[in-house]
Amino acid sequence: MRPTTRLAVPAAVLLAVLAVAGCGPKKEASIKVGIYGSMTGTTATFGKSTLNGAQLAFDELNEAGGIGGKKIEYVSEDDQSKAEEAATAVQKLINQDHVIALIGEVASSRSLAAAPIAQSNGVPMISPSSTNPEVTKKGDYIFRACFLDEFQGRVMARFAADSLKYRRVAILKDIKNDYSVGLAQFFSEEYKARGGSIVGEQAYNEGDSDFRSQLTALKANNPEAIFVPGYYTEVGSIARQARELGITAPLLGGDGWVSDQLLKIGGEALNGSYYSNHFALDQPSAPLQKFFTDYKTKFGSNPDAIAGLAYDAANLVVDALKRMQASDPASFAALGSDKEGDAAGAKAARAKLRELINGVQAFPGITGVITFDENRNPVKPAVVIKVENGVEKFAASIAP
Amino acid sequence: MQEFLQQLVNGITWGSVYALIALGYTMVYGILRLINFAHGDVFMLGAFIAYYAAGWFGVQAHPSAWGALLVLATAMTGAGVAGFIIERFAYRPVRKSSRLTALITAIGVSLLLENGGLLVFGTDPRFFPQVAKVEKIHLGLGVTVTNIQLIILAVSILLMLALRWIVMSTKVGKAMRAVSWNRDAATLMGIDTDRIISFTFVLGAVLAAAAGVLVGLMNPKIDPLMGIMPGLKAFVAAVVGGIGNIPGAVLGGLIMGVSEVLVVGYVSSTYRDAIAFVLLIVILLFRPSGLLGKHQAEKV
Repeated sequence: MRPTTRLAVPAAVLLAVLAVAGCGPKKEASIKVGIYGSMTGTTATFGKSTLNGAQLAFDELNEAGGIGGKKIEYVSEDDQSKAEEAATAVQKLINQDHVIALIGEVASSRSLAAAPIAQSNGVPMISPSSTNPEVTKKGDYIFRACFLDEFQGRVMARFAADSLKYRRVAILKDIKNDYSVGLAQFFSEEYKARGGSIVGEQAYNEGDSDFRSQLTALKANNPEAIFVPGYYTEVGSIARQARELGITAPLLGGDGWVSDQLLKIGGEALNGSYYSNHFALDQPSAPLQKFFTDYKTKFGSNPDAIAGLAYDAANLVVDALKRMQASDPASFAALGSDKEGDAAGAKAARAKLRELINGVQAFPGITGVITFDENRNPVKPAVVIKVENGVEKFAASIAP
Repeated sequence: MQEFLQQLVNGITWGSVYALIALGYTMVYGILRLINFAHGDVFMLGAFIAYYAAGWFGVQAHPSAWGALLVLATAMTGAGVAGFIIERFAYRPVRKSSRLTALITAIGVSLLLENGGLLVFGTDPRFFPQVAKVEKIHLGLGVTVTNIQLIILAVSILLMLALRWIVMSTKVGKAMRAVSWNRDAATLMGIDTDRIISFTFVLGAVLAAAAGVLVGLMNPKIDPLMGIMPGLKAFVAAVVGGIGNIPGAVLGGLIMGVSEVLVVGYVSSTYRDAIAFVLLIVILLFRPSGLLGKHQAEKV
């Protein structure tokens, strides 16, 4: 009984989809863009933020009349925070919904699962916030909207050496986390190249709650600051314990710190600390402030960096589509024509779209001005945020 | 020197937490020859009960010494009830079966508490309310200790003394020792062994809950899986000290805490968890029944 029902339901759904697809209007009045992400599961906030950010960008465009009379229709798929589901979701978006571009994922492992499928089908994919360098190496159809870990590590090193004029910095990293180890390595390289010295390096494991012995060892070396490229859950405890041990040196960190929980855990202990991020809520930038207001009006909460990056990723697609409609109306019309059976024409049109995304010059994104390098990674600034009296404040914007 | 002394202070505080948990293992083992693997999860339960209690009683908003004590008492009572329930419904039904059955039951209870915790409390770590304000105290030579660390040490010592008094100088303690010595003979002497065993479990759970609250105060981040590692290490501490032996558990806990902190401080944090088990192997090689355990000749 059970095996039959299991087969019967997808079969019925498939038939229904085929029927609808067959009877649909011949002329498409909209262009479909796929958004896939973890709307449920362990990292549900990632998917929701991505969807919100992208949705805001597309809705703004549609309200302004679309592109050449065509509106953008976004189709979202949930990958339940699982890599294998990400692959399925992307297959479905490409083969059933015939999307012309994809936006997603946040987690690098899931972007890596989906990227080969997008590449082999010739569908441009922009990951808003996967930082693993391998993601865009999957092929020339894969882009990203965020900077890489390497850049972040170097930015904090430059900030510590040049702006804060620290000469002695210690490192406390999460030894089992590639992100943390990578950031520590690039920080260390850049910082030494700028004449600073790393006066002690200690490690912990994610999930630890007692960091006193590491901090005591670092304290003996008397550092001016401690670079802690970990996640907010540990950073808060580290800050508290450092102050308890009488360490007054500020902490430095990366975007792993970003969370509304950070200041709850760390409290006063984090005052005077700095971390790098994609944007700051009080950053003096008109388009960014407009995005914050619009986002808050629409969704009732402050956007996180993931939402901001998804907004930029969506607008990168919109920008390329606009240029396409202006320069090559024939290809623009052919987008999505695989729905009517013209698979080759649609694929050629998507190849044009890919070129236009790749060729973007100084695109004014809210997270910075974006141009792609040869590996389709954006070249754009990072923002440094300072914690002052329990408030996060924009401190500097550091260009590559 | 200053660094070493500071590490020692860190290690002793951490070790006294292990000691509190280890006491529960050792008592239950002494009486039932059962390794209660769910003990580490009772420690977690204690921390979570305190977390909610601090919210209910408004201690989170208005920290005070009496509030902190109230939270501690609630957590200890709640965990005591949990300990009673676990013994009554999980271990008592299989007490007549083989020891392996009881061991597997213990692992089952542990998994139930961990995953039940994930379900009820959620996977995100919670931030333990600061029911007492952290203050630094300078001990001289540049060594600092926080009032929380001192509280932990004081509460641990008080509880251990209380336990010693219960076991050595009260009627129920005498009964506990009798049951531990020979359960059948104790039954024949008119001791209600079921009640004594229940009492032992409750006592162990109460101590574990106290440790949970103290750890929450010291490292204010709690999650449903926080009991696994401390539980395992406290078990090792109990074995190192000589399982079934109460002063041994305290000694084992302190050795464990200090050596762990020294390894992290002077070698590498990667070996933090390894040191416990290296110690276990080394000590058991030379003293198979633990540091303070008495060697018992097997009768053939």
